[in-house]
Amino acid sequence: MFGPNLLANYGEAVSMILFAIGFTNLLLQKNLIKKIIGLNIMDTATYLFLALKGYIRGRVAPIVVNGVQDVEAYINPIPGGLVLTGIVVSVSVSALMLSLTIRLYRRYHTLDLDEISTLLKKEEK
Amino acid sequence: MEFVQNFPFFSILLSLFSGTVTSMLNGKWAKRVNGFVISAVMVMSAAVLFFVLKTGESYTFMMGHFPAPWGNEIRVGVLEAFMALFFCVIMLLSLIGGRAHLKEEIAESKQNLYYILVNLLLSSLLALIYTNDLFTAYVFVEINTISACGLIMIRQNGHTFEAATRYMIMSLLGSGLLLLGICILYDCTGHLLMSHIKESVVTLWSAGGYHIPLVVAIGFICVGLAIKSALFPFHSWLPNAYGYSTVSSAAILSSLVSKGYIFLLFKICYRVIGWEVILDSKIINILFVFGLCGMIIGSLSAIQENDIRRMIAFSSVAQIGYIYMGVGLGTTEGMVASVYHVLSHAATKSLLFVAAVGLTDASGRSKKFSDLTGAGYRNKLAGVAFTVGSLSMVGMPAFSGFISKLLFATSCVQNTPYKMLPTLICLGISTILNAIYFMKTVIRIYTPVKGSNDSILVKKSVGYAGALVCFMVINVVLGMFSTPIVNMIQIGLEMFS
Repeated sequence: MFGPNLLANYGEAVSMILFAIGFTNLLLQKNLIKKIIGLNIMDTATYLFLALKGYIRGRVAPIVVNGVQDVEAYINPIPGGLVLTGIVVSVSVSALMLSLTIRLYRRYHTLDLDEISTLLKKEEK
Repeated sequence: MEFVQNFPFFSILLSLFSGTVTSMLNGKWAKRVNGFVISAVMVMSAAVLFFVLKTGESYTFMMGHFPAPWGNEIRVGVLEAFMALFFCVIMLLSLIGGRAHLKEEIAESKQNLYYILVNLLLSSLLALIYTNDLFTAYVFVEINTISACGLIMIRQNGHTFEAATRYMIMSLLGSGLLLLGICILYDCTGHLLMSHIKESVVTLWSAGGYHIPLVVAIGFICVGLAIKSALFPFHSWLPNAYGYSTVSSAAILSSLVSKGYIFLLFKICYRVIGWEVILDSKIINILFVFGLCGMIIGSLSAIQENDIRRMIAFSSVAQIGYIYMGVGLGTTEGMVASVYHVLSHAATKSLLFVAAVGLTDASGRSKKFSDLTGAGYRNKLAGVAFTVGSLSMVGMPAFSGFISKLLFATSCVQNTPYKMLPTLICLGISTILNAIYFMKTVIRIYTPVKGSNDSILVKKSVGYAGALVCFMVINVVLGMFSTPIVNMIQIGLEMFS
């Protein structure tokens, strides 16, 4: 079940491993910057997956240049569009996370989220 | 095509564009524009609801008149129109109820920003409700997350920044999983429109192909949306986010944002993957188990809490457990009960948040239980409203919570041989736990203080009182006249498939 499929789709396998790495980093890292790096790895892995699925060996990007209008000559453009939308989304959430990190760092002079929580509890008392 | 059919599209665009307009206005005018937009969307949703009920069938709306594989689509049925209407009502009332606090807690120069976020949130909720395209749904899920994060952190202190960061981290984990699930579904089927995906998925599933990728995709989507709507093991971000943000934000977040994701999950179950395939994949059993755990553990955490806002927040975890438990039953009756509980919880939780803030105001801004003693005498209306909300959450007859618990109990007796007993037991335990912490609070706020000091004067505001009364009326209406609403939900679910 795994042998030939895994070899033929090694790109997809790599993207899944990258996704897992990014996901674990975002979930488990204590440092906020490392969390954001994890987020970006996770999102990029998804785009790699999409791009691989849209690509067909031996065909070119769907831009008509030499008057070739045959569908068989081009790859599927939709995954590219999805990746583009995804990149926009991931840029905006990264920016939001970074700005939150700056706010927290200015206030508590640390990037460790758990430490910030302890500081907050002390503040309350 | 009738003119009314354009209204869903208009309401999404109107709320999106009014955000741009609001950015140029000052706080006062931003508030007015925002109120006008929400009311306009409310009226339009009501018109659409009447239209769909009259014709008795759903319709799809082509964006920009491009037919299916190229263009984007909106789909409107009874349930969608009703949800849009209901969400608008709750949002408007939450904003009116928390207006006094908004003025105090948000800097003068940032008031209009709050209304931009609310507009953005409204448009993304409407798009989540109406869209017929899976990738559009993903984009609006992210917009929803960003605006919800803004709603939390607009009251600027350390707690809200920390809560917003935790919220963002959990939400991004959820949306990453959702995106990957959508990508896998797209790769298996080659479509992004919900109805087309469903056809392919059903054919693939019955032909026996791609079982593993499909199950993985369903799993990713379910877990992603469960994280985003704070199902039990993923609820760590919730208490601080609801407990420290300004009261309108807490009410909107608990009653609308998480419900938007749950509604999307319902839609995906019925319209993207197909109910039979979902049942066959056994994923709902996992949701069922976590829903049951959430019901118990959310209530237990709420009992230990010493802060009234955080207690209500933990109660949300339990209520979301109820909703997922209803989905997990795997019957249409369970689904109806879940949808009803979405409505009932949205109406009750926002009432509780708004009432609790009246009580804390009357107790010198303290959220601790020890200071709340006798608060029900100091702010009578808030006391009554809190009692109504508590009774509804516990499940007293005549209030909305009773009907949803009744629906859950009757649905689990029908057609679910193995799930009946655990459901009934957990429902019973959870109700008792609910009663413990809510009645504890109600007794506390009605315990007279010796040498009663009415020195803390509460500024009476017509808007706040009006919002509370409206919330109570909605609760009683949902509790007393549930038959037409349940019928509407049944028709809506039939239209889904």
